[in-house]
Amino acid sequence: MKTVDICVIGGGPAGLNAALAAAQGGASVLLLDDADYLGGQLVKQTHMFFGSEKQQAGTRGIDIASTLVQAVQSIPAIDVWLETTALGLYDDSVLTVEQQGRYRKVKAKRFIVATGASEKMLAFKGNDLPGVYGAGAVQTLMNVFGVRPGQRVLMVGAGNIGLIVSYQLLQAGVKVEAIVEGSPQIGGYLVHASKIRRAGVPILTSHTILEAYGENAVEGAVICELNRAWQIIPNTARRLAVDVICLAVGLSPLSDLLWQADCRMLYTSELGGHVAWRDENLRTSQPHIYIAGDVAGIEEASSAMVEGAVAGYAAAKDIGLAPMDVEQRLLVALEQLKELRSGPVGEKIRLGIAEVQSVRGDIDGRHT
Amino acid sequence: MDDTLRRTGVPDKDAVQAVYPTKDRLERGAVAILECFQNIPCNPCATCCPRRAIKAFLDINDPPVIDWEKCNGCAICVANCPGLAIFVVDENYSPTEALIKLPYEFVPLPTVGSLVQAINRAGEVVGTARVVRVQNPPNFDRTAVVHIAVARELAREVRFFALGGVGA
Amino acid sequence: MRISEHPILKFKRGKEIKFSYEGRELSGHEGETIAAALHAAGVKVLSRSAVLHRPRGFFCAIGTCSSCLMVVDSVPNVRVCITKLREGMVVAEQLGRGSLA
Repeated sequence: MKTVDICVIGGGPAGLNAALAAAQGGASVLLLDDADYLGGQLVKQTHMFFGSEKQQAGTRGIDIASTLVQAVQSIPAIDVWLETTALGLYDDSVLTVEQQGRYRKVKAKRFIVATGASEKMLAFKGNDLPGVYGAGAVQTLMNVFGVRPGQRVLMVGAGNIGLIVSYQLLQAGVKVEAIVEGSPQIGGYLVHASKIRRAGVPILTSHTILEAYGENAVEGAVICELNRAWQIIPNTARRLAVDVICLAVGLSPLSDLLWQADCRMLYTSELGGHVAWRDENLRTSQPHIYIAGDVAGIEEASSAMVEGAVAGYAAAKDIGLAPMDVEQRLLVALEQLKELRSGPVGEKIRLGIAEVQSVRGDIDGRHT
Repeated sequence: MDDTLRRTGVPDKDAVQAVYPTKDRLERGAVAILECFQNIPCNPCATCCPRRAIKAFLDINDPPVIDWEKCNGCAICVANCPGLAIFVVDENYSPTEALIKLPYEFVPLPTVGSLVQAINRAGEVVGTARVVRVQNPPNFDRTAVVHIAVARELAREVRFFALGGVGA
Repeated sequence: MRISEHPILKFKRGKEIKFSYEGRELSGHEGETIAAALHAAGVKVLSRSAVLHRPRGFFCAIGTCSSCLMVVDSVPNVRVCITKLREGMVVAEQLGRGSLA
């Protein structure tokens, strides 16, 4: 059995920063990821990030990933296990994992679950046809493997992911016929919307997809207009000839481990679904388990990175490891998180977090 | 905030006017126009400006504020804005033309001297432009800044271009 | 379907390797997933649903949705979206749930 101070589950932006913070806090760290690389979703983000210089604003996601991964690899106190899937997290502070066919166990004083999120699906006729892909999948094909997903794309969803991936499709030489968005407003950053409008991509708000059709793969889509009550307006259906339908309709936290570990879970639509109750230092109702990143609430990579730092410092402090400045670093990270969320686009997250923290996290209060 | 922008991604005339320099300043030469209309947590424009023309942010969610007297239109901010929302306009470029410096992240890059389609914020072709310069140094980190000359009356409209297909 | 020039990325593809798909010889690159190599070769249908035999391709590309299950070297239910291509692999469309017999 591997024994370590802090085990971080998930090597994306939150997990990488959690590992770095925990190590800075004096902990021995094990960082796990089920992929054969570190970086999570960062490795596909070719665009410049927002935020401030503290979150490496202006740097491309892919380069932030390299910087964080190199930092992790340069610290002897951090062990990395790749191709390792977490199976179960238990009360005796043991995590079971599968690593390339082997069953192993990890005993840690604290765990930081940073497992991220998965794509939501949309129900429409023909949605199982080859050519209907999640936005993340399209990014993986284009930006990791350099393979075009198709030639003409319909993007469903005008949140940040839909807008950003549409732009990346254009950069990969793929035509984006249109973006449809059910809401009457564009949900993502308007600068992302503006740059694709300049590039000639129509953004059809109050529109949705009714059907994907094709014999063995997508050959087209039927879209239609919606009224303000999200009901279909009759006689507005029309066909678009596309060979890829990209769904960017939201993410759901990958909370399985947290459910299994008996953490108190709450449904909060502002945070994207079922999330674990957590205190302001990201500790769940299980005292040995922390969370960070999208699993704690669907947000941004910049916030994920800072949340990772909060959880890492908090967990190290909690164990009683006492390098002088871990308390100070924790406060600085909390301040940064607050700053990122203090504007209008942070309102939803603030509401979600307030909702979660308005209930008690006592273990006795769980199973509602 | 501008409802058209929220619905379509294209700012309306009033929104653009609110961030536009005075006629007097425009006539004195190249100046940066920050077409940033939404309060999001972001401040690289202020940190990259070598002349501190874009003021340091007290709160990173604030909209950027620029001192046009300090700005010389160097376009470093054009390459650094993660939202590709900054444009340098020189209405003094020639008696009949304005120069627009805009961010471009596509391949192939245009060749200097070539004619391209001049495109507005809504993606519509509004005229022809001539490529005057392409800046793509390593420290712009793959956001090229392309300088295009357009008819002066289009200076407020043209914010993109497309290769080829000229003459329609 | 492969991108040659990109404004931001440079693709360092591993050495070319050959594999078999439904009796045809295809090639891909070391380091790619089977799904990416198939997609680059124009193959989008990866399996067929159990009852109606509807064509299925991949969806999530991170191994969580079960849409990409194929038979690889006679082993069924292989998630080709996260499985790396190897020289000489034999890849076949899976019908339904696959047989472990």
